[in-house]
Amino acid sequence: MDFGLTDEQRLIVETTRAFVENELYPHEAEVERTGVLRRELVEEVKAKAIRAGLYAANMPEAVGGAGLDTLTWLLYEKELGRANYALHWTCVARPSNILLAGTPEQRERYLYPCVRGEKWDCLAMTEPGAGSDLRGMKATARRDGADWVLNGTKHFISHADIADFAVTFMASGEEPGPRAPRKLITAFFVDKGTPGFTVRPGYGNVSHRGYTNAILEFDDCRLPAEAVLGEVHRGFEVANNWLGATRLQVGATCLGRAERAFAHALDWASTREQFGQKIGRFQGISFKLADMAVEMKAAELMIFEAGWAYDRGTATDAQMAMAKLKATEMLAMVADEAIQIHGGMGLMDELPLERIWRDARVERIWEGTSEIQRHIISRALLRPLGA
Amino acid sequence: MKVLVPVKRVVDYNVKIRVKSDQSGVETANVKMSMNPFDEIANEQAIRLKEKGTATEIVAVSLGEQKCQETLRTALAMGADRAIHVVTDAELQPLAVAKCLKAIAVREEPGLILLGKQAIDDDSNQTGQMLAALLGWAQATFVSKLEIADGKATCGREVDEGIETIEVTLPAIITVDLRLNEPRYASLPNIMKAKKKQIDSLTPEELGVDVAPRLVYTHFEEPPKRQAGVRVESVDELVGKLKSEAGVI
Ligand SMILES: Cc1cc2nc3c(=O)[nH]c(=O)nc-3n(C[C@H](O)[C@H](O)[C@H](O)COP(=O)(O)OP(=O)(O)OC[C@H]3O[C@@H](n4cnc5c(N)ncnc54)[C@H](O)[C@@H]3O)c2cc1C
Repeated sequence: MDFGLTDEQRLIVETTRAFVENELYPHEAEVERTGVLRRELVEEVKAKAIRAGLYAANMPEAVGGAGLDTLTWLLYEKELGRANYALHWTCVARPSNILLAGTPEQRERYLYPCVRGEKWDCLAMTEPGAGSDLRGMKATARRDGADWVLNGTKHFISHADIADFAVTFMASGEEPGPRAPRKLITAFFVDKGTPGFTVRPGYGNVSHRGYTNAILEFDDCRLPAEAVLGEVHRGFEVANNWLGATRLQVGATCLGRAERAFAHALDWASTREQFGQKIGRFQGISFKLADMAVEMKAAELMIFEAGWAYDRGTATDAQMAMAKLKATEMLAMVADEAIQIHGGMGLMDELPLERIWRDARVERIWEGTSEIQRHIISRALLRPLGA
Repeated sequence: MKVLVPVKRVVDYNVKIRVKSDQSGVETANVKMSMNPFDEIANEQAIRLKEKGTATEIVAVSLGEQKCQETLRTALAMGADRAIHVVTDAELQPLAVAKCLKAIAVREEPGLILLGKQAIDDDSNQTGQMLAALLGWAQATFVSKLEIADGKATCGREVDEGIETIEVTLPAIITVDLRLNEPRYASLPNIMKAKKKQIDSLTPEELGVDVAPRLVYTHFEEPPKRQAGVRVESVDELVGKLKSEAGVI
């Protein structure tokens, strides 16, 4: 086993960190205060990200990306994760890997423009009535001659307001299942402006200011057969083949944010004085720091080990679920304790802690809730035993 | 024209410096190290010269322990073409560095040597000047503006009175100041490409240089702690304090 970084990995971490600190941190206050990520700001930062080769770095070199392996990509995600999510997600975009599943024509139309920074994608699965239980989705795609006709509603769809198109998952039929019939799902590319497709603003939410969510309405939205991504009725298979590592991506961003919160906590504990001494001298504070450091270490090892396994093709769903669960719950703990160590100052928006604490909340919900991760882990343990 | 760019591995500028408990030096164990920021500016300038077609090859040089290779990799990832590492665990002082660089310059025959004006660790501000003397080349220090044409470099130097413009004939030594340029990020594709670039290793002995220190550092200590400030109520009070307590007006 080798836990060291290669020269390239170290340099990629350094470049990404420098970019985050110099180009993203200075704009955080504006986005946090206004809740809006200005388009001009996006274009300005995006141009710099493209020049630094950080944009779409998750993509293979052959399609214009940086060709990072999963482990290196996660190191990069960790650094980006330090900053306001809207800023890094939009200005240093990582188009969904699922775009790689497209036909050559679909690649021309969707993938390459996303890699070049000319278009944004979004991914629509969740519905008001179907969250964790995605197969329970009600939105449908029905064949009509050579066309498909889409109906239904998706919600919580991240940055669909700025996206140029949505990769949308729809129930397209049924097959017999062991207990009850199972829905068959098909994935489609739907362009903004397609008749019958509307995007409405979603909800305000506590985490990640400036990072929007939207409601997608499909009302007899007619699409040609070429709009299907992957095979008809095999939408989940396409998703499972390509989206596997996004759980690790979520976890990796949590590592970076936890480090940032921890650095503040450590600094405060070693400078703030009460009762005539540095508060870090009180065991009530110093042991918190020790526990935080242990949690961070554990989460980091789990995320990077899973990424390493992913590159070798040996990562299991349970392994990735464990890493996501640990990293997101670790961040909640570290953010909370970092505020506790600061006392009242931790709640003030002078420091990034109140924000990191708010932002931590969504991580245990999206990309599979903590309960769903535990479900995946426990099923992997018990299923082989017939329980 | 070949450009030589010496780059030094130093404690990162963001790190809070701590003196070792035995006062023998500054703590560098488990401390983030980076390329000296002024050397980054020198490297950036060399890359810009190459992009303009003025320079044809950029050779980065670093002296010191094995880990200096990391600094060289950074220089390569930014855009240097190849690198030379003079490997030694000895304590290196400016004269020794200048002698090694001279030996390399004699081998490589660059048309220009671009250095940082000083390193942010020891702030000696000597290497460039010593190197110019040893080679007998022209020198321009503290350069914040640089034009190269017809075998001459026109250099704007930051001096107390403002910008002094001088012209030096190449080959020359130029040491660069903060405002010359803003170094680029080593881009991800270039980081990957840098992997294939060559780093040659040499020793001071192979260069025929005795690097033994000529100066002895007796001890290091922390600068005195700054006293807490006071808040004044009015301009009059401020002026009063400046007169009576600070004695500056
Ligand atoms: C800010 C934000 C952005 C999002 N962006 C997107 C996006 O871009 N695209 C997209 O498709 N979706 C997106 N989502 C949706 C996200 O993936 C879902 O919120 C998530 O899958 C949970 O679904 P739900 O909110 O409907 O909760 P529910 O599934 O209704 O869960 C409610 C509670 O029940 C628990 N629960 C459910 N099933 C089980 C079980 N089997 N065992 C134990 N407990 C269970 C859950 O853990 C949870 O505690 C986003 C969500 C948010 C908050």
